[in-house]
Amino acid sequence: MNKYTERLYNGLIQENPTFVLMLGMCPTLAVTTSAINGIGMGLSTTVVLVLSNMLISMLRKIIPDSVRIPAFIVVVASFVTIVQFLLQGFVPSLYASLGLYIPLIVVNCIILGRAESYASKNPVLPSIFDGIGMGLGFTVGLTAIGIVREVLGSGKAFNVQLLPSSYEPITIFILAPGAFFVLAGLTALQNKAKKRAQAKGDPRAELIGCGTDCASCGKKAVCGSAVSSVSADKTGSAPDVGKTE
Amino acid sequence: MKELLLIAVASAFVNNVVLSQFLGICPFLGVSKNVKTAGGMGGAVIFVITIASLVTSIIYKGILVPAHVEYLQTIVFILVIAALVQFVEMFLKKAMPPLYNALGVYLPLITTNCAVLGVALTNVQKSYSILEGLVYGIGTAVGFTVAIVLMAGIREKIEYNDITESFQGTPIVLVTSGLMAIAFFGFSGLI
Repeated sequence: MNKYTERLYNGLIQENPTFVLMLGMCPTLAVTTSAINGIGMGLSTTVVLVLSNMLISMLRKIIPDSVRIPAFIVVVASFVTIVQFLLQGFVPSLYASLGLYIPLIVVNCIILGRAESYASKNPVLPSIFDGIGMGLGFTVGLTAIGIVREVLGSGKAFNVQLLPSSYEPITIFILAPGAFFVLAGLTALQNKAKKRAQAKGDPRAELIGCGTDCASCGKKAVCGSAVSSVSADKTGSAPDVGKTE
Repeated sequence: MKELLLIAVASAFVNNVVLSQFLGICPFLGVSKNVKTAGGMGGAVIFVITIASLVTSIIYKGILVPAHVEYLQTIVFILVIAALVQFVEMFLKKAMPPLYNALGVYLPLITTNCAVLGVALTNVQKSYSILEGLVYGIGTAVGFTVAIVLMAGIREKIEYNDITESFQGTPIVLVTSGLMAIAFFGFSGLI
């Protein structure tokens, strides 16, 4: 496997942002009311991720270390604004259903996390593939959760009737509480996988479920570093984010 | 006055920021292990969102609209919020050390709390006036505090329960949040 396909594999499976790392939980819960919304959000995030990884990687030798986080945020926010306008112009229905969550891609920790931990240290091409891999991993995650919720909540997937009409839809699954229940089931499965991986001595056990519990996270470099280095840069004292609890 | 009251109740309970809009899930899950720290986080969020919603709506109405660059809102807001959090932290450190000691560790975490940016953007989307925006911000932050403190109270009790191995930790917290979200549906009759 060369280093490009390795990046895709890493994003889609090895460090899948939804199922393994559990990053970007706000959009995951909010927009997965249907499979279409999941795909739309996933692809919008992918576009932002690929472009910001590319630009940050190009600028990695120019951006001074001490102001890198604000610089990354400006780059990400610019691409988010562009994507927002493109969606508004070409896919107004998706724009209407995703609403507030499109500009909120800026604070999705997958994007700043990849900028900080990968794109700012690696050449342009691998960074682009890293963005594609992570973005598609996120898209697959959101779409899968979206399909589960849509099938349970309305008997459909991608607006196509799947279950027979005798099926009484469990409407709660497309409402707010359903998101929590589906995610609870998902994290329970993850816990099980983690226990099994730990029993086998698989090093991936450390990565599993990182996003929801940053305190006990073995891979704080991916998600926590962005936060702690912001405060370290500006105040000179770095309160350890992981120790705040 | 009635309008403002409606906005406050709607943002704090009916459209609770955590349980129905899913903003600020990370601190909600991460900092809700005991009531005291949850209260501290809630206090910090109220403090920051109140100032941030005021400052961002003043900047939007005073600078972005007259200059016809409304499309810069996302970039401007996120930078303003990041700078504001730093500024608030420095100011509290110098001027009010007791408050800083109580809120200090939570402040840097708030920059990445999407509720703050969410409030600023919603104010623009719903074209609230500066006062309405301020009330909406405070309401949202109070809603966050109510949710996280309730959650922490429940979690302290969950500690003593016998839970299936796979559901220990985050999964049971998510199930609890789901049940809380159902309970909060009851508030939708208020308006």
